[in-house]
Amino acid sequence: MSLHHYLFLSAIIFCIGLYGVLSRKTAIGVLMSVELMLNAANINIVASSSYLTKGAIPGQIFTIFIIVLSAAETAIGLAIILSIFRLFKSIDLQKIDSLRG
Amino acid sequence: MSEGIIFYGIALVAVVSSILVVTVRNIVHAVLFLALFLLSIAGFYASLRLDFLVVVQVFIFVGAVVVLFLFIVMLTFKISDFSRTMSNRQRRLAFAASSGMLFFLILALAKTNAFNNLYKQNAPASLRELGTELLTTYVLPFELVSLVLLVALIGAIIIAKKEK
Repeated sequence: MSLHHYLFLSAIIFCIGLYGVLSRKTAIGVLMSVELMLNAANINIVASSSYLTKGAIPGQIFTIFIIVLSAAETAIGLAIILSIFRLFKSIDLQKIDSLRG
Repeated sequence: MSEGIIFYGIALVAVVSSILVVTVRNIVHAVLFLALFLLSIAGFYASLRLDFLVVVQVFIFVGAVVVLFLFIVMLTFKISDFSRTMSNRQRRLAFAASSGMLFFLILALAKTNAFNNLYKQNAPASLRELGTELLTTYVLPFELVSLVLLVALIGAIIIAKKEK
């Protein structure tokens, strides 16, 4: 299993997540697709570090930080979605367009 | 040989579940497929023999983030929302953009020679070495990330509080 396999897989999952971010109608769908992209980046970093560095330590540490930060960002994003739902009574992103000129 | 079968099996589960996350109509199904995807990513960490990352992934992503998603789905969805489609108007443009990006990424990866002779994974470090590195070489991001978590905790509580 060479490094190429992991990098191709990471690219595929990243682009699937990109499609999800651009095409989902609810904000929760967008956040889930962002999780997909972050995990694809994690796979990339971990595989590169496992093949290229000694002991795979930088990749693991980087991945731990990315996991922690993505969990924090997801928590805040979901709190924002909750307060938006209270205001607009709907989570359809096409209806939340107060800022549209 | 068996390593190849394991890798392709987990890769198949990961890709199929990620496609299902972005296309199903029912949002609860999408969250459950996200949980399956995160478990398959943990399987990849296991195939690279990184045991600490497997545990961290399952605990934090599957055990906390997915549960948080389910809570928010429970709080913000009406029952009538479940049968409508979940893709917005720019679906075709999104598909074109993301497949274009995938094409260029795979082209770049196939043409490069930088990763040619890498067939052997290095032995991963033990947990003791990982902890030592985390607290000596990488202590600054470690402390900053704890600050970020504190701010995220306080911010999420304040944002989601009911207005009196």
